[in-house]
Amino acid sequence: MTKLTRDDVLKLAKLARIDLSEEEITEFQGEFNEILQYVEQLQSVDISGLEPTSQVTGLTNVMREDVEKDYGYTPADLLKQVPEVQDDQIKVKRMIG
Amino acid sequence: MGVWLPIAEIAQKVQAGELKAADLVERSLKIIEEKADFQAIIATTKERARERAQLIDDMVAKGQYVGRLAGVPFIAKDNFLVFGAETTAASNILKGFEASYQATAIERLEAEGAICVAKANLDAFAHGSSTENSDFMTTKNPHDPTRVPGGSSGGSAAAVVLEMAPFALGTDTGGSIRLPASFTGSVGYKPTYGLVSRSGVVAMASSLDVIGPMTLTVEDAAVVLDVMAGRDELDSTTIDREKTYTDLTIDVSGKKVGVIKEYMGDGLDPGVRQQIEGAIEKLRTAGAEITEVSLPSLPLALAVYYIICPAEVSSNLSRYDGQRYGYSYREAKDLEESFSKTRSIGFGKEAKRRIMLGTYVLSSGYYDAYYKRAQTVRTKLIQEFAAAFESVDFLLGPTAPTTAFKIGENASDPLKMYLTDIMTVAANLAGVPAISIPAGMSDNLPVGLQLFAAQRCDRSLLSFAKFTEGVIHER
Repeated sequence: MTKLTRDDVLKLAKLARIDLSEEEITEFQGEFNEILQYVEQLQSVDISGLEPTSQVTGLTNVMREDVEKDYGYTPADLLKQVPEVQDDQIKVKRMIG
Repeated sequence: MGVWLPIAEIAQKVQAGELKAADLVERSLKIIEEKADFQAIIATTKERARERAQLIDDMVAKGQYVGRLAGVPFIAKDNFLVFGAETTAASNILKGFEASYQATAIERLEAEGAICVAKANLDAFAHGSSTENSDFMTTKNPHDPTRVPGGSSGGSAAAVVLEMAPFALGTDTGGSIRLPASFTGSVGYKPTYGLVSRSGVVAMASSLDVIGPMTLTVEDAAVVLDVMAGRDELDSTTIDREKTYTDLTIDVSGKKVGVIKEYMGDGLDPGVRQQIEGAIEKLRTAGAEITEVSLPSLPLALAVYYIICPAEVSSNLSRYDGQRYGYSYREAKDLEESFSKTRSIGFGKEAKRRIMLGTYVLSSGYYDAYYKRAQTVRTKLIQEFAAAFESVDFLLGPTAPTTAFKIGENASDPLKMYLTDIMTVAANLAGVPAISIPAGMSDNLPVGLQLFAAQRCDRSLLSFAKFTEGVIHER
């Protein structure tokens, strides 16, 4: 299996929207390679004829009535935790530079 | 004689007016304060608890029925949404977060008269086996404060053993209820996947997460499970419950118990082995039919887990972006920077580690080799459990290969820390119920015995666990 390079770690960090310090980059690179080496043992397992598991108790589609319900909280309750609200809407930074 | 009566008795006495809910809450809060040095508790819900106690005492005074948990104080792991205190999941990114609704489990407990008094410490986002990954503090083991209580529900386990409340709630994704139960000498119950609603609980790895009770006795765990179990439209993975979990009668003679061969190998600490073998002998003497059972794929379970878990973590933790709740980096010049600065500052090291590993195993080009393969090996493991339960009623083994380790001992080596969960992750992957009960002591530290049953056989597992608890502690 391929080894993760420093550039791979930087790319993952970018995908995950996490900025890493120099120290973290070095540390994670070493640790990830150690963990990936450990999980390497799965590559030699015979899985012929087996399907991947997606739901462990065998449930398939779980349906409910599409009706409005009162769960005891209001939009105002939910907006209370938002860092910046304007006209009952969540305000975010500009997206286009 | 401990501080607390059995949970059902406490509730009966409160209902009968012989005990006051207000006094029980004060007793709980006093012990929490006296034992603060163990760092089991992040915050109390003091004010709300006192109000609820008053309400319950008033109902009793008026002759009204309160419920099966009337006035019983409890402690919730801090990844449950609860009114009356912040819900942080022991992470900086959720510091200051106040729930706008409560977890279904909490609502069901409250509907029967239980009172949440405090929030317990955990590894941040439940990522860990020791509570050392908490962004706030490390909980100390009540048996030896230089050692960890296990994790991630280490605060809940320590709180129960320190008798801060008659029960606590934990969550278990790869052993987070059972491992701390083992390390602290308490009872930790991981139900069948889907038996208890996870609505309002901070998600870690959704195909593995369950929530369950942590107590000093199996009977108390069953009483709490009985209140929480069953379908909930707010969690579509929930399953139908059995009629009751509190009728724990069982005839053990002729019941087949399979000792898991793979868990009794060379890696097992000799002191742990001695206690587990002692328990097996007592069960045999009591009439259980003991056999050895092999699940050949078990040694692969941890590798499967450390692909599936980070994959699901990376997905579940993508919601913490600083825009709607939680910590938010406000000086960013644009949205991208706001996301990445919020997450870099807000997440601790283990959360970052798992998010990035998960991102890797799910990324295009690696998905088949890692995630899909892991989910397929998981199928193999599920089939082996199913085959085992064709021939035995219960499976048995240790909960962990060792007793509680020293604080700091595994902190610098993530892989070594992950290996702590080697005997617990399989139950989550297979969705089967499992319980850790105290099996005795080794060098003054508790040893946990783990028992498993087939999916949806929770009542039967609890009955067998209660019986086993009885024969272990007989003199």
